[in-house]
Order: sequence, then C-alpha cells, then structure tokens
Amino acid sequence: MVSILRRSPKLLSSICRRQFSASSDGNLTSHGGKSMNLYSAINQALHIALETDPRSYVFGEDVGFGGVFRCTTGLVDRYGKDRVFNTPLCEQGIVGFGIGLAAMGNRAIAEIQFADYIYPAFDQIVNEAAKFRYRSGNQFNCGGLTIRAPYGAVGHGGHYHSQSPEAFFCHVPGIKVVIPRSPYQAKGLLLSCIRDQNPVVFFEPKLLYRLAVEEVPEDDFMLPLSEAEVIREGSDITLVGWGAQLSVMEQACIDAEKDGISCELIDLRTLMPWDKETVEASVKKTGRLLISHEAPVTGGFGAEISASIVERCFLRLEAPVSRVCGLDTPFPLVFEPFYMPTKNKILDAIKATVKY
Amino acid sequence: MIPFVRSSSRNLLALLNQNYLYPSLLCSVSESPILVRYDGRWTGSLWSTPRFESTEAVRRVDQLYVHDNDDQELDFPGGKVPFTSEMRFIGESTIQKRVPCYRVIDEIGEITTSNNFTQLRKDEAIKMYKDMITLQTMDTIFYEAQRQGRISFYLTSSGEEAISVASAAALHPDDVALAQYREPGVLVWRGFTLQEFANQLFGNKDDYGKGRQMPIHYGSKQHNYFTISSPLGTQIPQAVGIAHSLKMDKQDACAVAYFGDGTTSEGDFHAGLNLAAVLGAPVIFICRNNGWAISTSVQEQFRSDGVVVKGQGYGIRSIRIDGNDALAIYSAVRKARSMAVAEKMPVLIEALTYRVGHHSTSDDSSKYRAVDEIEHWKMERNPVNRFAKWLTNNGWLSVEDEYKHKTTIKKQLLQAIQNAEKTEKPPLSELFNDVYDHLPSNLQEQEEVLRQTTKRYPQDYPSDVPL
Repeated sequence: MVSILRRSPKLLSSICRRQFSASSDGNLTSHGGKSMNLYSAINQALHIALETDPRSYVFGEDVGFGGVFRCTTGLVDRYGKDRVFNTPLCEQGIVGFGIGLAAMGNRAIAEIQFADYIYPAFDQIVNEAAKFRYRSGNQFNCGGLTIRAPYGAVGHGGHYHSQSPEAFFCHVPGIKVVIPRSPYQAKGLLLSCIRDQNPVVFFEPKLLYRLAVEEVPEDDFMLPLSEAEVIREGSDITLVGWGAQLSVMEQACIDAEKDGISCELIDLRTLMPWDKETVEASVKKTGRLLISHEAPVTGGFGAEISASIVERCFLRLEAPVSRVCGLDTPFPLVFEPFYMPTKNKILDAIKATVKY
Repeated sequence: MIPFVRSSSRNLLALLNQNYLYPSLLCSVSESPILVRYDGRWTGSLWSTPRFESTEAVRRVDQLYVHDNDDQELDFPGGKVPFTSEMRFIGESTIQKRVPCYRVIDEIGEITTSNNFTQLRKDEAIKMYKDMITLQTMDTIFYEAQRQGRISFYLTSSGEEAISVASAAALHPDDVALAQYREPGVLVWRGFTLQEFANQLFGNKDDYGKGRQMPIHYGSKQHNYFTISSPLGTQIPQAVGIAHSLKMDKQDACAVAYFGDGTTSEGDFHAGLNLAAVLGAPVIFICRNNGWAISTSVQEQFRSDGVVVKGQGYGIRSIRIDGNDALAIYSAVRKARSMAVAEKMPVLIEALTYRVGHHSTSDDSSKYRAVDEIEHWKMERNPVNRFAKWLTNNGWLSVEDEYKHKTTIKKQLLQAIQNAEKTEKPPLSELFNDVYDHLPSNLQEQEEVLRQTTKRYPQDYPSDVPL
C-alpha cells in the first residue's frame, strides 16, 4: 500500500499536460459562478454537505490537513475534528466505520486516497454496504455512505496510482457508481451522491483535479443520478464514456468532424444503475456505438453497455459495437501511452465503424 | 525502526555501535544485515552487525521499562522515548504464563470473591436463568426441526448460553448490538419472541429480513440488534462507526460487537480495534473464545496468549473472563460499559468458553475433536448448571418453576414453528425491493420479464411464494 506517490502528493501535481477541455464544446461552459478546478469544486461540495447537514462527516487518510489532493482543504478548521478527521491507514476500517456511521442516520463521506487502494475495503463494500438494506428487510440501511476515491491515469502513476476499478463495483447490486467529467459535474453529482439514500462509490478523475477548469455556481445545487447527458449532438455514431476519458473522446469527435463524420457524445455519469434509455435513443438515431474507457477492455463496463444496446438496438445497428479501452495488462508505467485508449485509436475506430 | 529517528541519526549510530562495545548484552539475532526502510521499501543493508550469543528475550514486562539513567530521550511524535544501551527484544507472548481469567462463581456455585463483582437482583438473576433455559430449549427444538428438514440450517449456542444472555443483561437496551451468529441470547434477553425467531428461520412473510437470508441471520431494529451477515468480523469496524455516532449525539449508550476466536484473525478485527482506540469510540468488543473455529483449534489460530493480550497492543483496556460464569460476565460487561460510555473508550473482553455443539447443522465436530473434551465442558463446566447452583445456594431457584418454564417454552416453540411453517413466504416483489431505496429501471425490467416467465412455467417455482 505504501508508495512514494502516496507520501508525496506534490509529485502528482506535476501530472502530464495532456490536451484537455472540460466541457462539451471545448470551451469553458458557462454555468455562472466562479471559475474553478475540479478539486476546488469537490471541496466546495464537501463544505456545502457539512454546512447543510450537521449529521455529515468527512474522514479518511490524511483528510485533516486537506488531503493529498487538497479536496478536503479547510474543512477541519470550519467543522471541527469531530466531523472531519484522519483515520488510521486502513481502507476496510474506513469503509466499515462509514457503514456503521451511516447506519445511524448520518451522512458518512469516506475518502479512499486512491482507487487503487480500495480493494482491502472490497468486502465491506460488496458484502456489507451493498446488502445492508436488502438483508435487513429495510430495517437498516447505510444509504448515507459515500465513498470518494481518485481514479485513473495521470501520466506517471504506474500500477498503483492509475487504475479504473469501476467495473468491479458495477457488478454489485445495492451500490451506485458515479464518475464526473468536470468541476461543475463533480460538485453537482457529489452533492447528489452524498444526499442519496443509497451507498455510492464516487470515482474522481484525478488527472482533472487541477487541469479541468470550469465555471461552477457557488450555491448548493445537485445533478440527477442515473441520468446520462448528451454533451455533443451528432448523427453518424454514438460515443459513450465517463470521467476523464470524455475529453479524449471529444478530441476524437472534433477530428472526425473534419472528415465529415458527425459524432454524438454521451457522458454516462452514473454507471450503476445506468441510463440505458438515453444511450438506446441515441444509437437508434445514429445506428453505431463506440464505448471508451481506461479500464481493461475484457469485462469492463463497456462490455455491459455493448451487450445491452445490442439487445435493444440489434436491427438498427449498422456496424458492430466498437470498444476502445485499456489493454488487458496491469496499468503500465513506461508503456502508459501505448496502453491508453488515445484520441487516434478512437478516431480510427470511429472511421472503421462508420465505413463498416 | 530506523526511520523513527528523524533528527538524531547520530544517536542511532551510537545505539547500534554499543553492540560492538558490549557484546555480553542480552540477545541478538542480528546476523542478518540491518535493512533500511525508505518510502515503504526495504532497500538493502547499510551495515552488518556481528553475531552474538543468543540469550533470552525479555518476558517480564517490567524489564522492558529499564532504561539508561541519563536525561537523554528521543523526542518522537506521540511522546518522548528514553534510551537504553541494552538490546532487548520484547518477548513473544508465552503460553507458559497466561493472563488469568476473572471468575466470580466456582463450579459448585459458590462466590469466590467478597466484593469484586456486581450483585444481581433476584428478579434479574431469575430472568437470566430463564432466558438461558429458553435458549437451550430453542436450540434443542430448532436443531431437531432442521434435522427433520423443516428448516434448511441452524446453529446452536450450546455451551455459550451465559455469554450472550449475561452480557445483554449487563447492557442497556439502547446499547447497539452487532452480533456474529452465536448470540441469539441477546435477542432473547431483549424480548424478541419465539415466533419472531421462528419467522426468520422459516423465511416467511413475517420475517423482518423478508426471507432473504439463511436461518439464524436475525435482526431487529426494535431491539437495537443489527441484522447479522455471514462474513466474519465485518461488524467490528461498523460497531466503531456506530459508537462514534452515539458519542457525537452524546447518547448514554455504547456499541457492542460480538465475535469468536477465529474472527480475531480477520483483518477487520484489527482494523476495528485500532480505529476504536484512535477515535475514542465507546464500543465493547466481546470475543467468545470457544476454542474452535469450525475445526481449527485456537492453537492453530494464533500463537498469542489468546485474544486478551491483543487489546493492549492497540491501546485498549482488556480483560479475560470465564465465559461460563454468568456473574463474571455480567460484572465485567457492566464495568466495561460504564468505562466505555463515561470515558469514551473501547474495551475488549475475552470470554473463555467452549462450543459444546457442532459449528452448525452442516458440521460434525466429532471428526476433529475428542468426545471426552466435549463431554467435560458439557457436564462439568456447563454455564447454565453453574448458574443454577448459585441460584439454588441463594434459595432463588424453584425446581417447579424451572420445569414449568421449560414446558411452557417448549409448547410455545412448537406452536411458533407450526405458525411459521403455515405462514406464506414473502411475495415475489420482495425479491426486487430494498436493493435500492427505489426500484431502478433495470430491476423493473427484470421483474416484468420474470413475472412473464413464472406465468408460463408456474411448475418451476415454489408454490408458497405469492406472485
């Protein structure tokens, strides 16, 4: 569990400067409010959560001083050590504790420092949090639990600071899985997750913590869960993704447009339970589907989307569903540029699918 | 240990060099090079130390605290640490000298201490005894029901009746119980009815768990008893979260987590104890050390002197008690509770007992342990008999009352089984409810498809589940 990166958050701030735009049109989307990056938006959501509900708590490794990604900055000063506190370095303890806290009617907001380190808590999430309501016949629930964890590639994270483990959790009835793509989305979705009556795993694209900047209203607002969003309309092919990958997909859409291909881009936002209807409607219109995620292709959530859409849209499809994803290798360090579902891999797949 | 010395590496060198100077000192196994931990990795040797004659490690705790008589101390986060020029290893926990076990009533029902226990009122004592009898009767009848194929599974408390009942008696009804699976006595004490037990075992529509879990996974909001899950130890860190909530709400209550000796090998046990100590959570950890985790004996489970010694490592007050002595359990839990609630701290109790029954109805323990051993614990160290002797010595137990109680409970149980068996199962909709607070579209879709299938092939599905 221990690693240099984990001990040295500064290294992570010097992440690769990959081309990025946070919003659907490649420019700053205007939602009103203040221009801020993704970690500040998360931080603001946490402030609001603690401010608006005295029964809410934030805890995890190193959250007291602001967290290694600075998402919990200023919380302890404002809300005190009883409600914002460091825990011992123990993921199963953090989640188990969070379940108990939530089961008493509190909003338990747990931070797992990296999604790569969530596995010791897997049993607590899968066997406990996910089944807490069901197994008790709704006598008890831990719906107030939200588990935040930074996920995904950062350019130099290697095996243990890069993983996208969302598919494991999408296979577990009883929890929700949510991934935002931008600061505005992060704030609105996180507040929804915290206030949702079900345990949620909220993966934050750590590549975007500092890179993504967007106007975010300073007030308290929520974005709906289990609702996908069409962030770019098109007619030839539907692209589905989530989190940081959307910016890569968007670049591919822009390049494809130069070749006369009109792409529709959908942000799934909530992976479980996911909004099949929006994807279905889009694919019925375009007749083609491409899914892209950083996680390894085999058994990834793209497979689930692909199967579901083929079931629903078989006769409308004009080409096989295409998946441009991570390779079936551990997440590599030196080979990261080879492993990644890059813009040109996506562009090729778009062209191949349209020409099929 | 090396990175601990942040600013005073010179001291460290001095410390290590003393090995050269005083080779006659205590012990050393340091023929291997000293490894240096840097950023989480063992990165090879800095230097090697010579091999010395190996002598004993320190087994007497007080010897550990002998340090040099100078004023030098290592100013380390968490507190100053004195130096010693003697190289001593803390001795392994030894089974030659074991932590004694607190007992109040001996085998003939006599009190062994004049005042170091909590006196029980007669009515409390009688209720405790009756509840233990109820538990025994339940076990006999439900076990038989399983053998007859009427329920799928059962698991008895035989031999451990005193722990769950006496601890529950010592707790407050507001204290939140997180049981493993051998503590239905807590529910008996708190008034969960025989019918409620039977409903869960039969998984009928009146089961609070809606027929979703195997038998014995009881849970009752009304009785502050969280629904049991099969994975071992998961309730331990959860109990800490519950305790933290009680503490924040300034409740006069604590959380109580029960588990067995085998569970102390699970990571969640260690996670939970450490968290509780660090956060100052009012929680009582009650370990039923019954000697066996299915077929794995305690000798194969841990090398320490049982479980009680582990508490200190986490900074938790701990006590070992005779788990077959209801009064010792009652007294220790009362005291633990008052410390936990008043001082906001966890307490660990290791209750030594014995699992007289098989692990469950799926187990035959005669395959891995001596029948003599079982008989000894069943007859000579029986917790219910011992408590009865004490009650009799007090003149509180009437044979007639006891007989009447047993007969009544037996009758009620048979009736409860009949009722539970006749009661229909939960409706099919309960298969889909409660996965989330609301039914999401994927489940709506699956329910619809399933209902169509059940209409086409009704013979494939149990007839007692209403569609």
